[in-house]
Amino acid sequence: MALLEVNDIHTYYGNIHALKGVSFEVDAGEIIALIGSNGAGKTTTLRTISGLMAPREGSVSYDGEEISRTRADLLVSKGISMVPEGRGVFAKLTIEENLDMGAYVRRGGDLKDDLKDAYALFPRLEERRKQFAGTLSGGEQQMLAIARALMSKPRLLLLDEPSMGLAPVLVDGVFETVQRIASEGVTILLVEQNAHMALQIADRGYVLQSGEIAISDTAANLQQNETVQKTYLGID
Amino acid sequence: MFKWKTDEFSWVDFTIDVLRVLIVLAVVVGAWNTLSSGRITLAQWVNLFAAGLSQGSIYALIALGYTLVYGILLMINFAHGEVFMAGAFSTVFLAEALNRTGFLNDQPLLAILLMIMFAGLVSMTVAILLERVAYRPLRGSPRLVPLITAIGASFFLQYAFRGLYGSGFKAYPQVQILQGAISIGGINIPIVQIFVFCSALLLMLCLYWLVERTRIGKAMRAVSENKEVARLMGIDIDFVIMFTFGVGGFLAGSAGVINGVFRPQGVNFFMGFIPGIKAFTAAVLGGIGNIPGAMLGGLFLGVIEAIGPNLVLAGLGIPGANQLKDVIAFTMLVLVLIFRPQGILGERLSEKKA
Repeated sequence: MALLEVNDIHTYYGNIHALKGVSFEVDAGEIIALIGSNGAGKTTTLRTISGLMAPREGSVSYDGEEISRTRADLLVSKGISMVPEGRGVFAKLTIEENLDMGAYVRRGGDLKDDLKDAYALFPRLEERRKQFAGTLSGGEQQMLAIARALMSKPRLLLLDEPSMGLAPVLVDGVFETVQRIASEGVTILLVEQNAHMALQIADRGYVLQSGEIAISDTAANLQQNETVQKTYLGID
Repeated sequence: MFKWKTDEFSWVDFTIDVLRVLIVLAVVVGAWNTLSSGRITLAQWVNLFAAGLSQGSIYALIALGYTLVYGILLMINFAHGEVFMAGAFSTVFLAEALNRTGFLNDQPLLAILLMIMFAGLVSMTVAILLERVAYRPLRGSPRLVPLITAIGASFFLQYAFRGLYGSGFKAYPQVQILQGAISIGGINIPIVQIFVFCSALLLMLCLYWLVERTRIGKAMRAVSENKEVARLMGIDIDFVIMFTFGVGGFLAGSAGVINGVFRPQGVNFFMGFIPGIKAFTAAVLGGIGNIPGAMLGGLFLGVIEAIGPNLVLAGLGIPGANQLKDVIAFTMLVLVLIFRPQGILGERLSEKKA
């Protein structure tokens, strides 16, 4: 049984029909890439899974449980964690406070080891742990957003455009980190415009087009697929 | 937005500049006249200042409720003055009972602590119910809607409490231990003023600790910055908002008791109106949404109100200057809105999240 099963979901922004029956599944331990152009519905898909939006039709099941109408804050304790688009760090909280908020659902738990793990993953954050997150550079904010999402000990990590707005040098680092997180047993659903990088680390991928899944295949096959090459990889 | 103003002449700017000069002139001339006449001695100034600080610390406690709620919901809870009244009015009965049994003067500190807790809990309950019943269903509607609702809720609470306790004035009993004055460097300061200032300061320190150091305090700041991301952290934002109203209510209720002990003239169902508006002024003065701003704004307003009429108005030859302290307070509000809309410690509104 798949860890996450998205079944024919229709999500609307007011009257705008953003997702027109999207279905896919994510098995435990996989890295899944969801690629597509601007406005294809990638972010909406993640927002629907994470509980920020409710689909009008269809179902989302996680670990065998129907979650499409469960509030976002309750899903975090079930093991779904999301790094939102644009990172969304709390600029007026310090780095350590941001990490504390990531662990909000684990009340009473001992965070010392987890903070240590987070700082081991991103030593830069430890040097600045008492600084306001707003003072960090874009790349550092992305590190913080990922580290924060891991503080809740998720089984499924949703990443929305982690490479957006980062210098090319940093992009490589982000994807390496994602791979490292996956190697520790966290299942990853990655939304990216940078299809090239996403497909390099993913096991399988889905191509989203105008609110529908257009192509689904293994990442290796997608990289060879002519349509994908033309439209998303810029290869003629 | 108005970049062109810097290189072109504008009547708005001109008027504001003229206004600025006139105000500075009036303050300087008034202060000069008063000081050169020597009508008020140094000891009297110190006394005015001390009285201003204690009144100001009460404003500050109420102002914190406005600012906490604004910080999280970007909404002015205009019924907050009534939240203050609810605690102050309800506790007067407890105070009378404690006075009758003699407990109030046998164990004054314990009795006052008990009164503060009781008033705090009453006001907290009122604030939480207000949020749950009147504001939560309207969350997400245009900002004018909850504002009007707040005014309606304010009337509702006034008349509900009139129905409950009657429309007459009730007075807080005197606490013996707080009567009299102590002499500091030859200047007599009433004990009650010291008590008011210190207890308000203690409450504010508790709030600071709550917001800066605790898990729920961090969650409050996170929700105030970005509600959606806060939900992605697993924070139940409805609970955090309710909690925020509760904290603001508690502070207002305790301010009600402190106020009752400070000025025992009387409490009634309408008593929340003026302190409510003054505290709102204080919150705007300090920069609404900013916690240290509300504290500073409250103290500042209290002191200005105490010193301003005697220093400036009396010096300009305005009769009965002391009765004009409300004028000073609201003139301050207007001036702040014209010259520094973001308040003393506030950020520019354009930089704030919408």
